[in-house]
Amino acid sequence: MAFGPHLLLATLEGLVTSAVLALMALGLSLVFGVMRVVNVAHGEFFMLGAVLAWAVTATLGGNPAIGFLAALVISPLIVGAVALLAEQLVLKRLNYNPEATIVATIGLLYIIQQLALTFYGPDARPVAAPFNYRISLPWFGYSGYKLSIIGASAILLIATWFVLTRTRIGLVMRATQYDSETAQAFGIPVERVYAGVFALGAMLAAVAAVLIVPISQAHYLMGLDPLLLSFIVVIIGGLGSLRGTVVAALLIGVSDGVISVFFSPTLAKIIATLVVAMVLVFRPQGLFGTARR
Amino acid sequence: MRHDGFKPAALHVAVIALLFALNFMLPDYHHGLLARIMVLAVFAMGYNLLFGYVGLLSLGHAMFFSAGLYGSGLAIYHLGWSVPAAFGAGLVSGAALSLVIGLLALRTTGVAFMIVTMMFAQVFYLSILYFAQWTGGDQGLVLQQSQRLIEVGGVTLDLTEPVTRYMAALGLFSVVLVATLFIARSAFGRVLVAIRENEERTKMLGYDTFANKLAAVVASGVICAASGAAYALLFGYVGSTLASVQYSILPLLWVLLGGAATTLGPLVGTVFMYYVIDVTSGYTSAYMLVVGIALILLVLYFPKGVLGTIRDRWVRWLP
Amino acid sequence: MMPLLTTKGLGKSYGGLKAVDGVDFSLMPGEIRAIIGPNGAGKTTFVSLVCGRVHPSAGMIVFDGEDITSMPPHQRVRHGIAYTFQITSVFANLTAYDNVALPVQRTLQGGHGHKAVHAGVMEALARTGLAGREDVLAGHLSYGHQRLLEVAMGLALKPRLLILDEPTQGLSDGEIDGFITLVREIAGSATVLLIEHNMQVVMKLADRITVMNGGTILAEGTPEQISANADVQHAYLGTPADE
Repeated sequence: MAFGPHLLLATLEGLVTSAVLALMALGLSLVFGVMRVVNVAHGEFFMLGAVLAWAVTATLGGNPAIGFLAALVISPLIVGAVALLAEQLVLKRLNYNPEATIVATIGLLYIIQQLALTFYGPDARPVAAPFNYRISLPWFGYSGYKLSIIGASAILLIATWFVLTRTRIGLVMRATQYDSETAQAFGIPVERVYAGVFALGAMLAAVAAVLIVPISQAHYLMGLDPLLLSFIVVIIGGLGSLRGTVVAALLIGVSDGVISVFFSPTLAKIIATLVVAMVLVFRPQGLFGTARR
Repeated sequence: MRHDGFKPAALHVAVIALLFALNFMLPDYHHGLLARIMVLAVFAMGYNLLFGYVGLLSLGHAMFFSAGLYGSGLAIYHLGWSVPAAFGAGLVSGAALSLVIGLLALRTTGVAFMIVTMMFAQVFYLSILYFAQWTGGDQGLVLQQSQRLIEVGGVTLDLTEPVTRYMAALGLFSVVLVATLFIARSAFGRVLVAIRENEERTKMLGYDTFANKLAAVVASGVICAASGAAYALLFGYVGSTLASVQYSILPLLWVLLGGAATTLGPLVGTVFMYYVIDVTSGYTSAYMLVVGIALILLVLYFPKGVLGTIRDRWVRWLP
Repeated sequence: MMPLLTTKGLGKSYGGLKAVDGVDFSLMPGEIRAIIGPNGAGKTTFVSLVCGRVHPSAGMIVFDGEDITSMPPHQRVRHGIAYTFQITSVFANLTAYDNVALPVQRTLQGGHGHKAVHAGVMEALARTGLAGREDVLAGHLSYGHQRLLEVAMGLALKPRLLILDEPTQGLSDGEIDGFITLVREIAGSATVLLIEHNMQVVMKLADRITVMNGGTILAEGTPEQISANADVQHAYLGTPADE
């Protein structure tokens, strides 16, 4: 394949990564933005979403499209419920103290990972794509399903943006994010907002996982890399900024895709992680964010 | 606190004497396990210096441990250095790395500090995988018995021999334990605690808090590197797993369990956790579950750990 | 005689709000100077600029002939400027002994030994009337004793300029009398700059008084001159002293 088509393929792959990454990072960003909690277990919610997608499709059998759609609904709901439970049992009791919650979510990471290993096993298992349509480009065929991931992600991001900026729920969330004490004084049920946001964040990760699992397989260790990439996206994009998150996800996803095609993926990760650490050190408000109060 | 230092000194001597006596009493399996625990307790003590006393929660201390591990391991494996020289190389690697990381990471505070240290550690870990040609990648390197001998005035000490290995581990452990006791009760230790309690106020007493924090990061890094170097020399294995994020979490767990800002807490936590895993592994292979539940229960119900709680309730003089 | 402290055109603005605006101020060695003024007059911001907790947006600060405008706070402390906080900020989880040991061990030249530190701590505690309470956690001390501990920490720095920000706030009358005696004694070895709302304390202690209002200096003079000043009457003394 010539260089041009090769680059096009790399860019397309990068866009798919970006689409999934944006959803997942948005979940992480919401949780940090509203609750000030760094959820280290976010990658495990992603993993759990993928594993549950496999479980749902394997249980239902039959038509892959029906199984997939069922997974797309059921898996995020279960993951959301797990997150809600963890929020009520642990995070709430820690008063959302930033450092204690990091330690606690690390604990959660180990627990979820171990349970997945015990009950799901160490194997990587595929989930059938809902449809198999290949789009013929002049140089190569490309999976229609992969393109549909980009579309689905875009729709979900727009929906989230709409909820955040145009609805009462979004207003309540933004008020809590801006100043939780004042919000409480104005009768906003801050604890319920926190519980909802934590569950929503986890569900976004689960949706991302269900979308990606037909092309990447479910495995109990699959959460760590997306977690680090989401951290990177959230930091680069500036915390709590939806636009920044999407732009950063595009930047990271596409450059990761392109760099991985031409260079060693390990080297790409080293450079990306180092760059982001430096951004945190020298420009903590992110590349697109503005300085906090 | 004023220091009428007799009771703490006696306690520490007693702990070291007990560990010495255990050398002659323990069955083989536990003898070997305790040697490993002492080396890792040094790692925990290094972590405790920064987390317990200065209040800086790092999620990247695996890089300092593995700086010592690879610094000494590679010096022996590729350069054929002697054991003492390789140990020195490990310490120097740890000092250099912690100085650079400290200069960068200390520009941040709180959650950002935790994430930045985690990312630097991840870069270190990935670099080990990337330079697999020299580091052995995820397979790691095994140091041969012939490379782990120390010649002292005609006598050859063989670090693969259990008693020698145990005594070497005990020696390092004792030195670091006494050093941390000394630091904790020194003027420097008092400043570190003051920074943990209120950094702004400490500045207004004329202390350059950045310089003090940097000194603490380097001291912590060197102690962790000493543990890593000893691990390579005593157990003969240098591998990337020991640089993974899990080995940044473990010292945090050990210190939380034993009691942050107590000199003996790291030992208590390491011993306890190792034996919990050892005992539970008889029933289940789910050791990550044990670690995870322990972390959550500790932060929820027991944030001061074993010795921290004992100090608060009963034994005020416990250092 | 050369002033110990001089500020020229010193200013600090937050956004559009000028908290301190073009202040020219000088303080002679050995003086006890009180700064008074209504809430929001910029008193605390002004002394925070002097001790380096706040960076100025304009002007310069000269201490003992040296320009310290851009010197970090910990070095100013080393040059002899000590600041005691308006809101008590002793180290609540440390003992009174450790609280005072921190400044003592820093000012000791050479001898960092336990004995030298011990002697210095005991002296500072005795001077402030806290002898016998060295093993109490600072957070468990009464409020008045915490204020005294704060002063003991300032004293232990052996400052040339001791800045006290509302030191008598929350103290009982008996404690205030003891405090006045203490400050007179301190003034034997250091220059004292005092922000104070309690006019009785100001009148008893101050050699000179500076009145601030709206971020600027409204008047300056001896206690007698200030009490007679019509502008001051209008801006400040007309309102209740404990506001």
